[in-house]
Amino acid sequence: MLDNEDHLLENHPRELTQNPLKKIWMPHKNSHIGHRRVCMTNCPTLIVTVGLPARGKTYISKKLTRYLNWIGVPTKEFNVGDYRRECLKIYKSFEFFRPDNEEGVKIRRQCAMSALNDVRQYLSVEGGQVAVFDATNTTRDRRGTIMKFAEQNGFKVFFVESVCEDPEVIAQNIVQVKLGNPDYMNCSSEEAIEDFMERIKCYETSYQPLDEDLDSDVSYIKIMDVGRRYLVNRVVDHIQSRIVYYLMNIHITPRSIYLCRHGESDLNIKGRIGGDSGLSSRGKEFAKRLRSFLEEQKIKDLKIWTSQMKRTIQTAECLGVPYEQWKSLNEIDAGVCEEMMYEEIQEHFPLEFALRDQDKYRYRYPKGESYEDLVQRLEPVIMELERQENVLVICHQAVMRCLLAYFLDKTSHELPYLKCPLHTVLKLTPVAYGCKVESVYLGVDSVNTHRDRPENVNVQRSTEDALQTVPAHH
Amino acid sequence: MAAIHKKPCTASKSSTESKRTDLKSNEKKGSWAYYMTNSPLLIVMIGLPARGKTYMSKKLTRYLNWIGVPTKVFNLGAYRREAVQSYKSYDFFRHDNEEAMQIRKQCALVALQDVKTYLSEEGGQIAVFDATNTTRERRTLILNFAQENSLKVFFVESVCDDPEVIAENIMEVKVSSPDYPERDRESVMEDFLKRIECYKVTYQPLDPDKHDMNLSFIKVINVGRRFLVNKVQDSIQSKIVYYLMNIHVHSHSIYLCRHGESLHNLEGRLGGDSGLSERGKKFAVELKAFVKEHNLSDLKVWTSQLKRTIQTAEELGIPYEQWKILNEIDAGVCEEMTYAMIEEKYPEEFAMRDQDKYHYRYHGGESYQDLVQRLEPVIMELERQGNVLVICHQAVMRCLLAYFLDKGADDLPYMKCPLHTVLKLTPVAYGCNVEMFDLKVEAVNTHRDRPLIKVRTPPPMCRRNSFDPLSTKDQIKRPRMYSMGNFSPPPTLPPPAFASTRISEDIESLQRENSLDCFSTPDTGEKST
Repeated sequence: MLDNEDHLLENHPRELTQNPLKKIWMPHKNSHIGHRRVCMTNCPTLIVTVGLPARGKTYISKKLTRYLNWIGVPTKEFNVGDYRRECLKIYKSFEFFRPDNEEGVKIRRQCAMSALNDVRQYLSVEGGQVAVFDATNTTRDRRGTIMKFAEQNGFKVFFVESVCEDPEVIAQNIVQVKLGNPDYMNCSSEEAIEDFMERIKCYETSYQPLDEDLDSDVSYIKIMDVGRRYLVNRVVDHIQSRIVYYLMNIHITPRSIYLCRHGESDLNIKGRIGGDSGLSSRGKEFAKRLRSFLEEQKIKDLKIWTSQMKRTIQTAECLGVPYEQWKSLNEIDAGVCEEMMYEEIQEHFPLEFALRDQDKYRYRYPKGESYEDLVQRLEPVIMELERQENVLVICHQAVMRCLLAYFLDKTSHELPYLKCPLHTVLKLTPVAYGCKVESVYLGVDSVNTHRDRPENVNVQRSTEDALQTVPAHH
Repeated sequence: MAAIHKKPCTASKSSTESKRTDLKSNEKKGSWAYYMTNSPLLIVMIGLPARGKTYMSKKLTRYLNWIGVPTKVFNLGAYRREAVQSYKSYDFFRHDNEEAMQIRKQCALVALQDVKTYLSEEGGQIAVFDATNTTRERRTLILNFAQENSLKVFFVESVCDDPEVIAENIMEVKVSSPDYPERDRESVMEDFLKRIECYKVTYQPLDPDKHDMNLSFIKVINVGRRFLVNKVQDSIQSKIVYYLMNIHVHSHSIYLCRHGESLHNLEGRLGGDSGLSERGKKFAVELKAFVKEHNLSDLKVWTSQLKRTIQTAEELGIPYEQWKILNEIDAGVCEEMTYAMIEEKYPEEFAMRDQDKYHYRYHGGESYQDLVQRLEPVIMELERQGNVLVICHQAVMRCLLAYFLDKGADDLPYMKCPLHTVLKLTPVAYGCNVEMFDLKVEAVNTHRDRPLIKVRTPPPMCRRNSFDPLSTKDQIKRPRMYSMGNFSPPPTLPPPAFASTRISEDIESLQRENSLDCFSTPDTGEKST
């Protein structure tokens, strides 16, 4: 964030130094840097879901949270149902939700307040940027309370309402996520469904959907029939615009995403990073196996994407079907370290090598990129993957790690160390609120290119310590 | 191993379609269009007069062309003016004026014919039909036309009931319209308001709940206060919706300039990350005075992450944001070399670049085309913002300027963006006003003109890629208007027995889905035959 007042007092221009980790030029004294972040508003944002039960609110909340965190906006969701389960250890039946159940109403209100308190803590104290308040919020009264709360604390509010009357969609929702819910641990499926339908009825009578006229001053998106139609009102800033774009691109049609790396390359064998070499003979073998694998899988309307580097294209060529090349899928640019072995990097740039181990996510190669840069570069790929159905992405180690981190909700600490071995296909299938992963090793040997974080990351460390975790190669 | 070539789909429905695709496969225009056998898109504007339809049409078209999707506007008013040489009064637009109604319908049909030609023969990908299209009857006519010609349709309806906005509209663009050459403002306003009344009588807005629930459209309400989006079919429509939701009509100015002269500039070296020269520092001081003089409220300042732009911004003494995507074009192996050195060390590359500067990608680096893709989020954000000063680099500035001034790939790489000069861009009516401010600090000239004798023979590779695939243009996803030489259409091979017999459908749907996907970059990988 930017210090307006400080700037007026200091002398300009200030001396610039380049931050050794991120290679960002910044003024000597001041550690605050006006460097482009996704969310440039000074106000945190409170996203509030609205809708009857089983309308996909939690699905949307979790997915949106995952996306925002991945692009670098610290986001957290607050599910009021969880608070209620915490408070009311045992769920008996839908009766709790009856509007005339005073005790129930009181507890539920308390839970909402408790959750809002935590929201305040997260946004004002813990440095969060976006909080997603996941609850039904079906009455104007409740929403009014939340808006007041937000105003008092200087948060912007954006509502996300999900409206759906398709009984099939609702039934499927219930089966997919409610049956496994702690509330229904001890009942049969039929009992659970019956109870849940009654629960929905409790909300229906008092439901006041967001209204074009009455709520004309409120910022919101109304999602109708699982994305068939959207009503967007008063988007006020960049982050809301991005959120709307994201929500308009996601869908729930069942499909799978296949991620794999190119076949083993000549540089891989030599233990060199980057470059633009072709496949080794084992790499070519992998490509053939990949073709067989795809044929067996009988995937409907599979799209294939590659980078614009030789090794992914050669791999795709063996498949005998059309594919698309994306420059954004190119491997991370290692700048001055391109085509070097780790041993050589240690020899020529020991400081860089150590800095990278200290913060592999943020570290930017001199004249190259960081994982953080890679994520920004890959965001349009993710957006397009969300729109698509069955896709096979043939990419590279660092790129695959970034994509995987998005689907599996990995943090920036975990991301650069995710295991993405050669000759292995990961099949990702969205299920319930997350993603199922199946790992298929296609049985062709290859070198290991995974380098774990060594114990000693100190810049003064010995060469031996630095190279402790370098995988074997020719 | 040969891959499947994207065979123009003959497994399709109507004879018109296969006839159209045959036309394409025989095409030797040298454009990318030969593989575009999937549906082009017809965007249809809807709305009463003075609702910003033409404004949106032109702006959207400019954006789509900039990101590489050939698009053209077909304004019905222009056709009408052609047919009815002089406009007399609003009476022409009365819905009970039978003769006029005939003429107007004729014009629509002629315009649609031109749309057809553009999309099927001239390499167009998107046509924007800019007219009121306020009746269901008219829209049905258009939908039928689209179906006959296998086009997708996306409606953009502008609904506005704010009388101030409408009045302002009329003043800004109608008063100077060819329809009103000599009139005074008041009588123009009067006539135009009556014109609007003529349309209101028969206006049938899109009805998302019943009649039009299966159409794909966006309803823009009160200049972007609210949007209703229905049945978006694909990526390009999603992108169009996103764009329309980000633009606004508030007045603002965008200032573009380069960093101050750098040490590398003095030596004639490309790229790198050097600091400012003495003169460059002086420019920064002048820029500070300039900013102060112009007294801009809430000015945002953006720089790249290269030292020279940051040093320039530092001088201003106000907060600025660094964007990595504003960095100068990556010259790959040619980084930090002078043009003389490049010519000596890589003479072929040097020549290739002069032949097609827009598509040419430095080995291990980028092309202008890559740069445009990279800069797209900057443009989107500039559309959202108010007053912004962007301190960037020569190639970057050319790309941004090309967006605002609607310059194509041929002109873009040769636009003049001298050092120590600030360009002020102010949106006005349907375009952009440019003012140039030379801050009077000497600097080297870094501009290289277009070579006089442009060699027109196809180069061995039209775009530098790390690898030229053996398979064909199925990789080309971003249609380009500007191609190199003549491409011969891909030889059609029979689909091999792969997976299921659904291969041709796969290709078809692949083409349909992705041809307009502007995120992926095309690789033509043309080989010399």
